[in-house]
Amino acid sequence: MQLESMYQEIILDHYRHPLGRGLREPFDVEVHHVNPTCGDEITLRVKLSGNEIEDVSYEGMGCSISQASASVLYELVDGKNITQALATGDDFRTLMQSKGDPTVAVKLEDSLEDAVAFAGVSKYPSRIKCALMSWMALKDATAQALAAHEQLSLQIENNQSSSPTAGKENP
Amino acid sequence: MSLPLDTAQLLDTAQLLDTELICKDFPILSRTVRDGRRLVYLDSGATSHKPRQVLDAERDFYENHNAAVHRGAHQLAEEATDLYEAARRTVAAFIGAAENEVVFTKNSTEGVNLLAYAISNSATAGPEAARFVIGPGDEIVVTEMEHHANLLPWQQLCIRTGATLRWLTLTDDGRLDLESLNDVINERTKLVALVHQSNILGTVNPIREISDGANEVGALVMLDAAQSVPHTAVDVVALDVDFLVFSGHKMLGPTGIGIFWGRYELLEALPPFLTGGSMIEVVHIDRSTFAPPPAKFEAGVPMAAQAVGLAAACDYLSDLGMDRVAEHEHALTELALVGLQQIPGVHIVGPPDTVERGGAVSFTVEGIHPHDVGQVLDDLGIAVRVGHHCAWPVVRRFGVPATTRATFYIYNGSEDVQALLDGVREAQRFFGVPEATEPNVATVTAGVGA
Repeated sequence: MQLESMYQEIILDHYRHPLGRGLREPFDVEVHHVNPTCGDEITLRVKLSGNEIEDVSYEGMGCSISQASASVLYELVDGKNITQALATGDDFRTLMQSKGDPTVAVKLEDSLEDAVAFAGVSKYPSRIKCALMSWMALKDATAQALAAHEQLSLQIENNQSSSPTAGKENP
Repeated sequence: MSLPLDTAQLLDTAQLLDTELICKDFPILSRTVRDGRRLVYLDSGATSHKPRQVLDAERDFYENHNAAVHRGAHQLAEEATDLYEAARRTVAAFIGAAENEVVFTKNSTEGVNLLAYAISNSATAGPEAARFVIGPGDEIVVTEMEHHANLLPWQQLCIRTGATLRWLTLTDDGRLDLESLNDVINERTKLVALVHQSNILGTVNPIREISDGANEVGALVMLDAAQSVPHTAVDVVALDVDFLVFSGHKMLGPTGIGIFWGRYELLEALPPFLTGGSMIEVVHIDRSTFAPPPAKFEAGVPMAAQAVGLAAACDYLSDLGMDRVAEHEHALTELALVGLQQIPGVHIVGPPDTVERGGAVSFTVEGIHPHDVGQVLDDLGIAVRVGHHCAWPVVRRFGVPATTRATFYIYNGSEDVQALLDGVREAQRFFGVPEATEPNVATVTAGVGA
């Protein structure tokens, strides 16, 4: 039986007792992602503060892999530095593309912590999307939030510099 | 766990097909999956496997007769054309149609699109096609149980033309709610497009009742027969419909071949969908006239080897006898429905009995997402489909995110149903769902596929 390689106890734990679940206020951006092959859905919100992800909250429906993945995501990125969180997301994608290669999982162990338990999922092409859905949502939401922040700071800057030089490029 | 006595008896008397013999014709069924397990293929509703006879027919075409049909002045071209047209006759006979009413397409989806786009094209196709023109104020009727292939083409046609899309709703046990029939199908209705047998619920719809209603108001009827032609005897005349589509790959045939059937006088008046070579009569640089049906709807070099393969599939099914095929599947479906409903926490999505019902059995297991059920079954070598089955409005109607679906065909026997039932219990054990706490479950399932 190969099932245990996919459904590691850590994954089932996160599925049964998800961390950080539920949509919270305040938030900068909310995104909704679906997996059109199986109908799984996630709604995810991010609140950025300076260089940090102040809060990431989510609500979703789907299989154990997709739900556990969202819980692990919360554990890994909530309250973390944005750059670091996005790098963790990239590492998770690398793990999902590893086709079960154990050396990849070993290399990413420090960065991914509990999420390294998803290594078994990478052997099942049809389940990789389930595991990645919340991470794609995070990447999307963070990018939108960063863009909004940038827009906002540009506006503030423009308003502050009411001199003839207003509107020039960021120094 | 063993099959309940009454259903086991039922199987003894009703299972007519010799599945052991049939399986020998299907090379793929002798392979193993997931570390040496016997393949229990319960996903024929998505696509069926192909017997050697079909594979041989295709191979023979390519090895001995290959040429572009309806072109060329050489012997191979003649032979290829003869085989292609003979295939058309075989398929026509299989559904009780005239051969010049049978159009080869890529699959059912293309067949539905052919009709939808031909209707679009009728707006500029002259007086002959005027009867097909639709616009604001006209209505197209579908049902809530359509899969995407028989929904999106009509949805999009309505968006293009300004016509209104209406639909028949479903009852809680997965049947069409016919109380609203006379309201939904009315004098504004131009076309009723509906599924013969639902790919997700298994429901067989009362086509005659609906086509009678449509005839009364002068509406055309298109039947999506992708899930019925492979499994039961279908006669286009008896159904009294105007158009019908199905796919080859779900009925032992190759992929890339399907059928669009229409009554000849309608095909004559209907403008083409795809244009190009083969479908023409006379071509000038700025205008053309078209060949009569079915050629009018077959632009380009057609898929001849696949047509020949589909004809071989029809022959294979005819040799078994479509009534026996239907009875065989009926018995397996009954076993599955009874067996699944005996497992606590399992709910059938669709009619819970075998009355007017085909062999697509969708279900949910409390506390386990269908994807996870499917994963456990896959680990045991059992191939099922999970998800929304390209029929998203249906799962939404029943308030479930998705279902697990088993579908049966001629190569499935009662041992496959047993494997499914054991597999569902194993999923409950694996995920620790409390309903499945019978002490003997683990020992029984340990023997599956061993």
